[in-house]
Amino acid sequence: MLEALSAGLFNGLIYAAVALGLALIWGITDVINFAHGEFLMLGMYAAYWMFTLGHVDPTLSAPMVACLLGFVGFTTYTLIIKRLQKGPAMAIILATFGLGLVLRQLAFIFFSPDYRNLPDTLVSGSITVGNISMGRPQVIAAIASLAVIGILFWLVYRTRWGHALQAVAEDREVAALVGIPPDRVNAQVWIVGSAAVGFAGALLTTFFYVYPSVGTVFGLLAFVAVCMGGFGSLPGALVAGITLGVIESMTGYFVAPALKTVSIFIVFILVLWYRPRGLFGRW
Amino acid sequence: MNSSIDRPASPPASAKRAGSSRRPLLIAVLVAALLAAAPVFVKDAFTIQVLLMVIMFGALGAAWNLVGGFLGRVSFGHCVFVGVGGYTTILLLQHLKLTPIIGIPLGGLLSAAIAWVVGGPTLRLAGHYFAMATIALLQIGLLLMINWQWAGGAVGLEAPIAEAPWMLLFRSKVPYYWIAIGLALLTFLATWFLVHSKVGFYWRAINGDESAARSLGVPADRYKMLAFVLSGGITGVWGGFFAMYVGFIEPESMFSLSLSVQVVLVAILGGVGSLLGPWLGAALLIPLSEGTRVMWGSSGLGLDLLIFGLAILLVTMFLPGGLVTLRRRRGAARR
Repeated sequence: MLEALSAGLFNGLIYAAVALGLALIWGITDVINFAHGEFLMLGMYAAYWMFTLGHVDPTLSAPMVACLLGFVGFTTYTLIIKRLQKGPAMAIILATFGLGLVLRQLAFIFFSPDYRNLPDTLVSGSITVGNISMGRPQVIAAIASLAVIGILFWLVYRTRWGHALQAVAEDREVAALVGIPPDRVNAQVWIVGSAAVGFAGALLTTFFYVYPSVGTVFGLLAFVAVCMGGFGSLPGALVAGITLGVIESMTGYFVAPALKTVSIFIVFILVLWYRPRGLFGRW
Repeated sequence: MNSSIDRPASPPASAKRAGSSRRPLLIAVLVAALLAAAPVFVKDAFTIQVLLMVIMFGALGAAWNLVGGFLGRVSFGHCVFVGVGGYTTILLLQHLKLTPIIGIPLGGLLSAAIAWVVGGPTLRLAGHYFAMATIALLQIGLLLMINWQWAGGAVGLEAPIAEAPWMLLFRSKVPYYWIAIGLALLTFLATWFLVHSKVGFYWRAINGDESAARSLGVPADRYKMLAFVLSGGITGVWGGFFAMYVGFIEPESMFSLSLSVQVVLVAILGGVGSLLGPWLGAALLIPLSEGTRVMWGSSGLGLDLLIFGLAILLVTMFLPGGLVTLRRRRGAARR
């Protein structure tokens, strides 16, 4: 049971890292990026090909993948989101869904539907602490996720830039009045949020298969984590992500592995029932 | 005050208005008759298939529109009702030998009941929360059906292959086409009457400003639930029909997020909050989808879905209000 719990915690940290990027984008620009899962998929493929073609280990290429995804986020914002910002909310939802579909199909075309994984990375193997054995890739990924989470929290809550973010989230027009350019802040948020998910994606390749639809699974979990944690709340996304990981592993341990994903959605509905705005209110 | 004085003084205007308001119904009947006559002239099975899909998605979009358009709550999990309706119909047919003529309405009723149960917790949610909650419901339905062996599990269920009209089993697809037209006409009439009644005005009041509507005495919770239940019920009926038409159902196809989004897209492309929008959207989008599938689907590269995704992107970027806004825009320019 302790092993299941620790595995849940580690998975939860990874979910939280994926969710934080979405929470940032969602909270500041008020856009649900339905292609968030596909951004993760791009990150995983980037890490995979860097390893396969250039022999760069994912743990070392993760920052490069983060920069690459940051560029993808910037491009997405400037080409698509910016022009729809003043339109109906559903247009943005469908646009990002269409983008996700395009990215997924491009991955099918260029990389084929085959599942791929990386053999013998730097962090292959397992670690034993006391009576608990854990996969080393999961441990490393969880620790790195914790680092990314820490950096994001520091950026948003302890820097001048973070205060500008929160000002734009409060009221775009007022922020513009005091000299904060909303569009530039939005673009920066998309860069940072996408970079975070790219980083998480690179680390995932050390122990998870890469295939075009991988983003759908993690994307949905990210949506649930952000929504359950509370709209636009980074602490909420963190707590919710870890909670999801633990719920998933505990259900797999006590009930049945086949039902562990169902429990996530059921708990999600129950939480929203009692807390219509999620565990944490708006920041 | 002024308008109330003017109204009794101009009976011809009100009569003219009443006359013009009936025109959509006549047009709907005419269109249905024309579509029903299509198999006489068109022998191509593919064209009948595309027409049927257009009709079905138009109806699904119209049902979704009650919640998404007139009530203003975006549901991305509406296909949970398609799944419930479809499975109910096939399970009743398989286990109780019950004719789908009864099973399909029962599927609609069960979908409405489920909508009523889940409407309680979800309709309290605002904006994005409602969207995510409906997606979660869809995933719950999908995962439960995958693991429910009595209902076929991940393998799925088949309708028997036979020629039995009373069991809605035909070897040709044309009878299903006619059934679809009948159901679509009923769907349009139902949505038209709902939207033009007190119910519809209450929905739009809630959509515009829920707090203000409440303060004016609109029982918002009851009417939100009504929209959700009616929408779920209609969608469930079409789920039952879809199951009979396709003949084979399994969790991934009946509880599909992509299908859900396609329904939303149909309604949005045509123009939400308008009675004609979903049908227009379906008429444009489904032929595009089927056409790209025929032209590029066999390449095995998924080009059809790529083009479909690009189409979604371009349409939402350049026409965010939907097709009906084109007409309004032109009207505005004319004025």
